[in-house]
Amino acid sequence: MTNIEKYNNAFVNSLEITEDRLAGLKYQDIEAWDSVGHMTLVAAIEDAFDIMLDTDDIIDFNSYEKGKEILSKEEYGVAF
Amino acid sequence: MGLLDGKVCFVTGAGRGIGEETVRRFAEEGAIVYGTDLINGSMDESFGKFCTQYKTEVIPMYFDVTDETASKSAIMQIKREQGRLDVLVNNAGIMQDNVIGMISYELMKKVFDVNVFAVLQITQLAAKLMMRQRSGSIVNISSIVGSEGAAGQTVYSASKGAVAAMTKAASKELSPYGIRVNAVAPGLINTDLFRAIGEKKIQENLSHVRMGRLGEPIDVANVITFLASDMSAYVTGEIIGVDGETHV
Repeated sequence: MTNIEKYNNAFVNSLEITEDRLAGLKYQDIEAWDSVGHMTLVAAIEDAFDIMLDTDDIIDFNSYEKGKEILSKEEYGVAF
Repeated sequence: MGLLDGKVCFVTGAGRGIGEETVRRFAEEGAIVYGTDLINGSMDESFGKFCTQYKTEVIPMYFDVTDETASKSAIMQIKREQGRLDVLVNNAGIMQDNVIGMISYELMKKVFDVNVFAVLQITQLAAKLMMRQRSGSIVNISSIVGSEGAAGQTVYSASKGAVAAMTKAASKELSPYGIRVNAVAPGLINTDLFRAIGEKKIQENLSHVRMGRLGEPIDVANVITFLASDMSAYVTGEIIGVDGETHV
């Protein structure tokens, strides 16, 4: 499975949405991506890539695109 | 069969006193125990002994609990090696103080960094694993002075009061995930930290203990073990005094 597939799966499974809605999706755009949903999403992403996000990054992670940018940081090393 | 058979536990400030005794009791009850301390090599001998004596894994980790990156690495190490974390004991703490009027900002920050902010930070990290497994027990170490206060211990008392409040708040937030958060509030415990106040002061303090003796680390470790175990499965948000009826 590619990194983008893993990333998308984390969203789809955690927030129960379809893949075609991911582009442009922002925190709290949908009911499922509230603060509790956010922690579920973070857990899914951490498990998928075997990483642990910094608290500041969890706070900054406010959109589908921003998440990719954060994961691309050197400390996480996820290339898309 | 032990009270903590197969449970994966993480104890901070495990090099001596209450922390070391907690690690020993956990190992005795069958847990796999990770313990942290600041001084490299300081736990190697005692942990090695616990491994042999109780035939379990007792793993030392050396880092500063105020270092967020190091704390994160420790939790990641536990996740990779064990796949889960059942118990966190936030025991690491410092007791430094001064009289009002002589408390520097630097002192306040140092005490709160270790006694409060590191506890919050490690709780957040541990809770992430526990939320996934929908179970866990977090035990914080408050103090009798956290609710009663003590002259000359304004900063330490404030920090331990914060730990008590944090325990109550976190228990409310984490109970839907099956995670329990409790604290013990020790009174006068016979540790190196406490003995540093000197024999004369110790005798003065003893007159405030109705049971007539200092508490021993095992008195506190036994209550922590109870809170860590499934014996306390329906207990959360509690601050349990371990003080032999002390009045400060």
